[in-house]
Amino acid sequence: MDKGKIEKIIEKYPRDPSSLIQVLIHIQSEIRWLPKEALNMVSQKLDVPMNRIQHIITFYKAFSVVPKGRHEVHVCTGTACHVRGATRVLDAVEERTGIEPGETDQDLKFSLDTVSCVGCCALGPVVVIDGEYHGNMAPAKTEDVLKNYE
Amino acid sequence: MPRINSPAELEEFRKDIISKRDPNKPCIAVCTGTGCLALGAGKVVAALKEEIEKQGLNTEVVDTRETGCPGFCERGPIVVIYPEEICYLQVQPDDAAEIISQTIVSKKVIERLLYVDPSNDETIARESEIPFYKNQMRHLIGNNIKIDPKSIEDYLAVGGYSALVKALIEETPEQVVQLVKDSNLRGRGGAGFPAGIKWGFAAAGKEKKKYVVVNADEGDPGAFMDRALLEGNPFGVLEGLTIGGYAIGASEGYLYVRQEYPLAVENVTLAIKQAEEYGLIGKNILGSGFDFKVTVHRGAGAFVCGEETALLASLEGKPGEPKARPPFPAVKGLFGKPTNINNVETWSNIPLILKNGPEYISSIGTENSKGTKIFSLVGKVTNTGLVEVPMGISLRDIIFKIGGGVPGGKKFKAVQTGGPSGGCIPEEHLDIKVDFDELAKVGAIMGSGGMIVMDEDTCMIDVSKYFLNFLSGESCGKCSPCREGITHMLSIITRISEGKGREGDIEFLEEIAISTKNASLCALGGSAPNPVLSTIRYFRDEYEAHIRDKRCSAFVCKDLIAYHIDPEKCKACMICSRKCPADAIDGAKKQIHVIVQEKCTKCGTCYEVCPSGFGAVTRLSGEPVPAPIPEEERTIVGKSK
Amino acid sequence: MSEIHLQIDGKDVEAEEGMTILDAARSVGINIPTLCHHAELEPYGACRICVVEVDAGGRKGIGAACVRSVEQNMVVNTRTEQIDSIRKILLEQFLAHAPDSEVLLRLAKEYGADKDRFEKQSSFCILCGLCVRYCTEVKKKNAIGFFDRGSTREIKFFPEIAAKECKDCKECFPLCPTSYLQAAYHVTEALAFPSTFSESTSKE
Repeated sequence: MDKGKIEKIIEKYPRDPSSLIQVLIHIQSEIRWLPKEALNMVSQKLDVPMNRIQHIITFYKAFSVVPKGRHEVHVCTGTACHVRGATRVLDAVEERTGIEPGETDQDLKFSLDTVSCVGCCALGPVVVIDGEYHGNMAPAKTEDVLKNYE
Repeated sequence: MPRINSPAELEEFRKDIISKRDPNKPCIAVCTGTGCLALGAGKVVAALKEEIEKQGLNTEVVDTRETGCPGFCERGPIVVIYPEEICYLQVQPDDAAEIISQTIVSKKVIERLLYVDPSNDETIARESEIPFYKNQMRHLIGNNIKIDPKSIEDYLAVGGYSALVKALIEETPEQVVQLVKDSNLRGRGGAGFPAGIKWGFAAAGKEKKKYVVVNADEGDPGAFMDRALLEGNPFGVLEGLTIGGYAIGASEGYLYVRQEYPLAVENVTLAIKQAEEYGLIGKNILGSGFDFKVTVHRGAGAFVCGEETALLASLEGKPGEPKARPPFPAVKGLFGKPTNINNVETWSNIPLILKNGPEYISSIGTENSKGTKIFSLVGKVTNTGLVEVPMGISLRDIIFKIGGGVPGGKKFKAVQTGGPSGGCIPEEHLDIKVDFDELAKVGAIMGSGGMIVMDEDTCMIDVSKYFLNFLSGESCGKCSPCREGITHMLSIITRISEGKGREGDIEFLEEIAISTKNASLCALGGSAPNPVLSTIRYFRDEYEAHIRDKRCSAFVCKDLIAYHIDPEKCKACMICSRKCPADAIDGAKKQIHVIVQEKCTKCGTCYEVCPSGFGAVTRLSGEPVPAPIPEEERTIVGKSK
Repeated sequence: MSEIHLQIDGKDVEAEEGMTILDAARSVGINIPTLCHHAELEPYGACRICVVEVDAGGRKGIGAACVRSVEQNMVVNTRTEQIDSIRKILLEQFLAHAPDSEVLLRLAKEYGADKDRFEKQSSFCILCGLCVRYCTEVKKKNAIGFFDRGSTREIKFFPEIAAKECKDCKECFPLCPTSYLQAAYHVTEALAFPSTFSESTSKE
């Protein structure tokens, strides 16, 4: 973990406990997870006790305490997608990747998560991979979509 | 760009922008909201630009504009060509060459890209004539296709910031609050509390430090109105927020944007930057003496942060745990100071009130629900997208007239409004006038505007289970009536969906609902029982069928259904046996297929792939699966059986 | 501090501004049950067993007595059919976690709660949070905290901190209404305390 990088990120925000979540979001998006050392630095610099940080990183689903895979797969399970068969799409993705929501595979290739609504309900069911949106998904299409990711 | 320091300078600048724009110059507007981008709008824009160059045209002759979401999401990518307002639907990059050569150069319309009216099979070229748009009242979302959200000049060209001038220069803060009160605008986030009265509480506070906050958490799954407004017209929201800051006496504003909307975060951050450069946010705005600063905060994936006190806790860097009220945020909010928090759509209405007068809102709608409301019409409906309609329109008009009804020849079953806090409304109430009170009377709520249409293939027990499952993970878990109540309701409904329902389960659900509804700390818990209660109210027979007969007539609950191949109809074509992912179909050419029930995962693939001419695969629920016919009888001899 | 006049269970009560309904009730001998409340800690309002019916200037509703401030002319009812049935269900839900808790069983008797009504839950923590709040607010050691949310919300010790601080403290132990805390401590000690500490503690 690059300590300097983390320090630079923390410095971008007001040095106040209220910056905690924004700092963590920034670190998470830069290095794709929250290592303990980073959390210790944040705890120190923003003067926030570790038990509050631990509550926050487990309370909010944006955070990950383990490294994410190279490709983050998000299957939308919002109501509109659910009604259009998102559960079956999720089942197919689970089968193809071998992991369940919240998990990362052993090769650190895919991380799978569900998300409750990305605001593209007309395209449902939707799967977002690395920020790329795949609409009108069906169980049969999952193989073709996933094989494009190395 | 030099800072604009007075209303006069703003008007000069606006005149300058407009004078440089020839209304007759062709402009190709392409929706680049998240939905259309997902369908390839980015590639369409690139292809159009390439073709413009290829065909020897340039920006002197034709403009392209990447705009916000106009709402006809089912038919994206959407392109509208001005000045004629020709609307092309489901445009692909390959269409670019023809659009440039035919429509821009030769002024000819491309028929195959036009909307076809299903009632008479005629094409409609003009955007405003398309029934989907025509039957709406698009005060808020109408501008989206006309402006590039990354351009403050586009916003100024359509009259943006004239409302702020009016507020800062012509009205006192008290007068602005009164105007909002006079409009009778009720909050658009879900609770429907009168905005002007809310503003009044915060404005009355004597504290020097106050805050105004935009709630852009939009957590209800299936609702994306705020996404379209914030992505597509961020300046409209900012202008409303600035006016609010002035009226209430707040010099600082926050936008809390859900993490799942990266484009909205990007666009509003850019908009703030531009507004700051032009002096429309910052110190001494337009020479009025009013200072205002705006910061964007991102959510971190928590539905509960749509609840105002949980949102404020999150802004303070804490877990999103709601707080008991009173005291209300208007008295003691962010960092303990008076805070006014409103939804994106509410803030977007504010410039309209200042610009056009409160009657612009109060003259529309029903007695207690004024103005327009944007709904996200999704699910089993033909024209999925965003619709802006006057309060008081009927559900039937929204779903059938604008929405085009239920596709695939299926029967309408219910419409779910208000997200996880709302309820399901059956056919018998389709003619109610949509407003806050009427929806509450039938056991639903307006909510933020999500409207999910369900058909005969939707199981209402599955719907309840879905919402309870969602809430069990999204509840903050602090208070017991919510945490425990949802856990137990979910457990009971899961049992029911698995065929393990018992007599008394419905009554038990209703009993748990009472303490969860009445004793919870916040509205998440307080409204959590609504989907269950409304489905019991209108679809009790479905609950009873699941419990007593172990029957799911929508064929959704896997443990209650079985797939069976009718030996009379099976032609042994082998399509289903090849496609079956569980290898559960026993059959060969000329040998009638049989589903091995123990292996079957109920995925439904065989049902989908059996040729419609044969229709041999049937779904069973609540009745025993016929035993497979003996092996000797399974051979198909010749052409007759 | 101005005086507030309100009515609780038909009794006229004089209270100070800023007082909670709970404290105002206690001052006239009316006992409202609590589980997550503690005199030394900030009111928490999580267990909701102290809910009462409130009528404040025509606005009727149900609120938690431990966090709701008194208001002029407020009318409060601490025992009604509605309140009693809510408390009964809440107790039954708690008992599904900790059917042997003396504190809960005593209240269960008063409200007719059936400890077997709800499906048994795997954790006997009822998340009253007394331990976490005591460690954070009074001892300021932060050795224990909340994790996660919703139905998976839980309370856990931080092994590195607990290993140093808890041996000589354990002031939170008597606060726990279900003894989950003591069990959680011993499990954490056995499984997760850093090795340098587990040697010294095993000599106890």
